[in-house]
Amino acid sequence: MKGLFLPTFFIPSDERSIEHKLYIREIRMIRFLLGRFFSSFLSIIGATLAVFTLTNFHNDPRLLFVPDSGNGITQEQWDKLGEKLGMNDPFHVRYSKWIGRTLRGDLGISLARNMAVTDIIYAKIPATLELALGGWIFAILLGIPTGVIAAVYRGTFWDYVARGLALVGQAAPPFVTGLVLIYIFNQWITINGDPLLPAGGRKPEFDFKDYVLPCVALGWGAAAALMRLTRSSMLEILDSEYIRLARAKGVGFGTVIFKHALRNALIAPVTSALLIFSGWLNGALVVEIIFSWPGIGYDALYRAVNDNDFPLLLGTVFVFILIYLVFATIADIAYTIIDPRVRL
Amino acid sequence: MTTETILSKSNPLFYIKGFWGFLRKYPVLPIIILVVLIIAAIIGPTVAPYERDIGDVRARHSPPGTVDIKFPTSQKGGFDLTAMDIPAGTTFTASYKLPTDNRMFDINGNGFLQDEISWNVESPNTPDILFSKISQDGDTIIFEIIANENIIDGGNDIIFLDLQVIRIDTKLLSFWPDGYHFMGNDHVGRDVFSRLLHGAQISMMVVGISLVAGMTIGVTLGLIAGYTAQRHEPSIGFSVNYKGKKKRISILSPWLIDEFITRFVDIWYALPFLMVALVVTLIFGRGLTVLMGVLALIAWSGFVRVIRAQTLIIRELDFVASAKINGATTFRILYRHIFPGVLNTAVVVATLNTSSLILAESVLSFVGAGIQPPTPAWGVMTNEGRDYLAIAPHQVMVPGGAIFLVVLALNFLGDWLRDRLDPRLRQVD
Repeated sequence: MKGLFLPTFFIPSDERSIEHKLYIREIRMIRFLLGRFFSSFLSIIGATLAVFTLTNFHNDPRLLFVPDSGNGITQEQWDKLGEKLGMNDPFHVRYSKWIGRTLRGDLGISLARNMAVTDIIYAKIPATLELALGGWIFAILLGIPTGVIAAVYRGTFWDYVARGLALVGQAAPPFVTGLVLIYIFNQWITINGDPLLPAGGRKPEFDFKDYVLPCVALGWGAAAALMRLTRSSMLEILDSEYIRLARAKGVGFGTVIFKHALRNALIAPVTSALLIFSGWLNGALVVEIIFSWPGIGYDALYRAVNDNDFPLLLGTVFVFILIYLVFATIADIAYTIIDPRVRL
Repeated sequence: MTTETILSKSNPLFYIKGFWGFLRKYPVLPIIILVVLIIAAIIGPTVAPYERDIGDVRARHSPPGTVDIKFPTSQKGGFDLTAMDIPAGTTFTASYKLPTDNRMFDINGNGFLQDEISWNVESPNTPDILFSKISQDGDTIIFEIIANENIIDGGNDIIFLDLQVIRIDTKLLSFWPDGYHFMGNDHVGRDVFSRLLHGAQISMMVVGISLVAGMTIGVTLGLIAGYTAQRHEPSIGFSVNYKGKKKRISILSPWLIDEFITRFVDIWYALPFLMVALVVTLIFGRGLTVLMGVLALIAWSGFVRVIRAQTLIIRELDFVASAKINGATTFRILYRHIFPGVLNTAVVVATLNTSSLILAESVLSFVGAGIQPPTPAWGVMTNEGRDYLAIAPHQVMVPGGAIFLVVLALNFLGDWLRDRLDPRLRQVD
């Protein structure tokens, strides 16, 4: 930390020792992390402030407790409720109170469900995590090999097949993919009258069949993106001098592709795969709705919005942004680890 | 390496190959799809064969093709004459409340209804009566009935009316073939093809307006950010001496407009867009205007970075410098000298963004935050058909396929335009 802003940077590069270079690298990393921390802080403040302001414009949250007939609550109770929810405080006081509680790990109590927000999120996260992980594995297993095949056999039939798959994946919205999958594997293909795969839902006990369709529907579009990325970076690298040299000196086909080319070509797909994963942790809302999957997107975010349940809404927004920022940082660091040429 | 054989002009393969080459060189099919879409969006609602929101209940769930309409066999409703004492030849009135959503059974009051009413003829107790006048008030139908014989207490049945068959004139234009539904009917018997045409107009309008709004905001901010960006190392920091040379070390970038804009775009990228959309629709209500606003909020951030990078290059060129020497104002430089240079890029980014906006619009409508049900957006239609996937898959496949085709065409066109107009944006492909 002490060397962070000291003039050690400005020793000319030919005078630097190896230790010094490593030291500079370390300092760069710390500098980057500090910068990232600062901008993450800004992001979180900005986003929660925006949501806080927006919910301020909306209905009185106390209306949640009043039935439509309008005579379920006395004026006294109404005032008491307002006091309990902190409605009488000015805006900045409420916001700073919320920030203070959040820093202590308390996201408040959901109005509609009368449960701690952290409990709700904690209960819903496993389903989302499993779905995202399954979709991610599918996307990687489909996207990267097809990308490699398409690049290696460029211009052949297999290239067109792979690119066609990618185009379909990029153009079909997840709800169309999901519904078509349900139609094919739940309605068309049946074994002795039973559908091949369930149309949705997640049983309490693990059942592999439950996971197939949601994960495929979720992962298809990402597989297409990964395939395009892998293909383009693979093509770039297969064109380079050192691959030609390796081929010229007689290195085997497989070794060149998997050892020389693929390792370098994977940089872009890996980082983008990390970002995709973090995006899915934010609740793959559409897929969760189609397959009635009890995840955080549907059960926390969507219902919080519909119920006007602002503690839950703020809590989920906070958790979402936190997840995204952590993953974006991990992706950036992974980038430098995979490719030492990249400086932070 | 295979050797290329040269085909002579007498070989039909020559023309096939030439045609294939033409198709590969120019995005013919995507342009055809998009032209059809635009024409459908402009004239679709006026030439749609059937009404948009009113369906023929008898035809519901019928697959694409001619509809074989089956009249309902069971009685759907009726009124009781058991307790009435009516002498022969007198006129009396009876009212009947429509059993379900009035919209489906809408009656124009043109007398057409009269043919469609039947009563339970099999029953020996049904009296001989005549319907003289039928009118509608809200969801209640009022019948004026003439009794041909004495209707005396206790001797009569309930008269049943087949009210399911009332509305059959949802067809609007006579030049479309009768009873033929190109894309089938949906769950309340509305013609899917007509709804698809209406939906094309609505979707194009929403996406077009939000794209233009987002483009304006994004390009303006990108220009400003690129123009105000610092040329050299940021200026907040301190100086040190090293080996007799003065070095400047920066701590923080200055809080300039550029810094603010790029930071803001970074923050914006961190927000999941569905969440933004849901929160905004929660606050401002669900409707077309709000949807357009939400989509514009999604669209603008895609432009800023690309336009900023382009501006950074252009502003260093000589003609900008000469404009500055000639005393042009900043606004004039941005508008007359830099903006034309970034326009190509903006068009390419816009084409590439359109497909994602269409996807976003349909996803929002699907989730329920966008266009609301009776209005036929494609996402709404897909969502409505979801429950009937087993019996009528065309309700999902038709609008879903339409979204898919349009997005596919836009992707193709966007890639082609990018290669043509702005090869720098291109990755190896």
